[in-house]
Amino acid sequence: MTDNNGDERARWTADVVARHSYGKLVAFLTARTRDVAAAEDALSEAFASALANWPTKGCPANPEAWLLITARRKLIDGVRRQRNGEKKAEQLRILSDGLAVATADLEIPDHRLALMFACAHPALDANTRAPLMLQVVLGLDARKIAASFLTSPAAMGKRLVRAKDKIRRTGIPFHLPDQEELPARLGSVLDAVYAIFAEGWSDPERTDSTRRDFSEEAIFLGILLVELLPNEPETFGLLALILHAEARRAARRGADGEYVPLADQNHALWDAQMIDRAERLLRHASTLGSIGRYQIEAALQSAHVHRCRSGHANWPDIVRLYDGLLVYCKSPVVALNRILALAEIQGAGAALSAMGQIDQDSRLSDYQPYWAARAHLLAKIGSYSEARRAYAIAIGLERDTSVRRFLLRRQAALEYCRSLPSGQNHPEARPLPQSRA
Amino acid sequence: MQYLCMLYLDETEWAKMSLEAGEQRMAAYTAYDDALRQAGVHVGGSRLHPSSTATTIRNADDRPMVLDGPYADSKEQLGGYFIIDVPDMDAAISWASRCPTTGHGVVEIRPLSSSCESATHLSPGS
Repeated sequence: MTDNNGDERARWTADVVARHSYGKLVAFLTARTRDVAAAEDALSEAFASALANWPTKGCPANPEAWLLITARRKLIDGVRRQRNGEKKAEQLRILSDGLAVATADLEIPDHRLALMFACAHPALDANTRAPLMLQVVLGLDARKIAASFLTSPAAMGKRLVRAKDKIRRTGIPFHLPDQEELPARLGSVLDAVYAIFAEGWSDPERTDSTRRDFSEEAIFLGILLVELLPNEPETFGLLALILHAEARRAARRGADGEYVPLADQNHALWDAQMIDRAERLLRHASTLGSIGRYQIEAALQSAHVHRCRSGHANWPDIVRLYDGLLVYCKSPVVALNRILALAEIQGAGAALSAMGQIDQDSRLSDYQPYWAARAHLLAKIGSYSEARRAYAIAIGLERDTSVRRFLLRRQAALEYCRSLPSGQNHPEARPLPQSRA
Repeated sequence: MQYLCMLYLDETEWAKMSLEAGEQRMAAYTAYDDALRQAGVHVGGSRLHPSSTATTIRNADDRPMVLDGPYADSKEQLGGYFIIDVPDMDAAISWASRCPTTGHGVVEIRPLSSSCESATHLSPGS
């Protein structure tokens, strides 16, 4: 093998281990010391040594264990350099205890779940939990995370450092919560994974390779959760929800790159296998005996798919599912979606009066789908100038250029309607786009 | 690990309470204190005299200046504290959430910097 080949092989092996084992290695190194930042530093030094050593000496038989032992040595070196005597002795004892386990059977225990619970701990800032999980469990750097969460790398870096510092200093534990606390604590883990998926979802064209990775990472974490917590129905619900949404990705944009609402999507572009998998997961969740937010959201996705495929209008079912969802999360967005489903049964006028209940919610005032939905309903009852104003607000709030163009086209269609004799169908007289279409 | 639980509450509430309600509240704190001791996590703690008794000292022109009144002039004032010794933050949260203050005020949890660290920083011999 030439040097070049050796280099490539070493890099390839290191990449594969990084992809599959990064979180496992950080979790193992952090489990006893609670020092996430030190574990990450030691691991990145270990990866650097691997790239320096493996090309000449050949890749080790168990690269994961090689990296762990090397990182552990770096970690111990780091502790030895510390000044404080008593604390140092204690940390060295903790580190060498674990080392014996790792070298004895070369099978590294998987503490990733505990690491995920630590990253999503309620004592940490809610907006930092998803980024923290991306960095600590998956090894993404702050720059990449910052780009997706619309903050500067410096600000994101600071937030992550602060969170790791809090974990270490306040003694946030690296073990699973007690059985009685598990459901509530699991909720914040699932929310963080879903937030990661939502970041990837906001780039449907997959033009931004960073965000595309994010949906894959969320699926990876979702599968991990299902494997590690096989008795929790909500983990299956979350994975089913994510896979349902992901299955329709290719259909969300036309050949010209234009936004296509759910009702107009080409079903042939949906990933039928992925939908089947989501349906199986959801059915399995329902056998585990407790309902929750993510199972209901997945059931809603399933109902939308069923309606589009069969042509059978199942709006009453959908309204009932939203009623159920409102019990678990009283968000104005859920209330809005429920009203839109209601519009399909009772008409736009009834839906607009129902909207009076949520109009005052300040959380909706800069939420694009609220204004688009409002405009759509206003157009249906013939209030064109009000509809026009509502579209203008929606357009001003939208970040995605192809969705913006879609809304502009709808707004322009209002002019055409106004010129029609009354009684003729508005081009919008068709099922509404769902907010997650 | 040791944690300081600081109990912030509206001091004016106490004066407005009926004798009976006041006794009930005292009983709840006594029971909580007992539970902390029973579980072996109690390190210290006390109720404090009201913030009208507080004195604040800060530096002005390189000289300590003594001021009457508490440091922060807010509706909720530090009214008491506990120090507990528990394995981790989850256990600290679990104990703090049982504190009667959570029914009428706010509990802030802060980890104490580890004892060996404070020994090197604070002991006169070091």
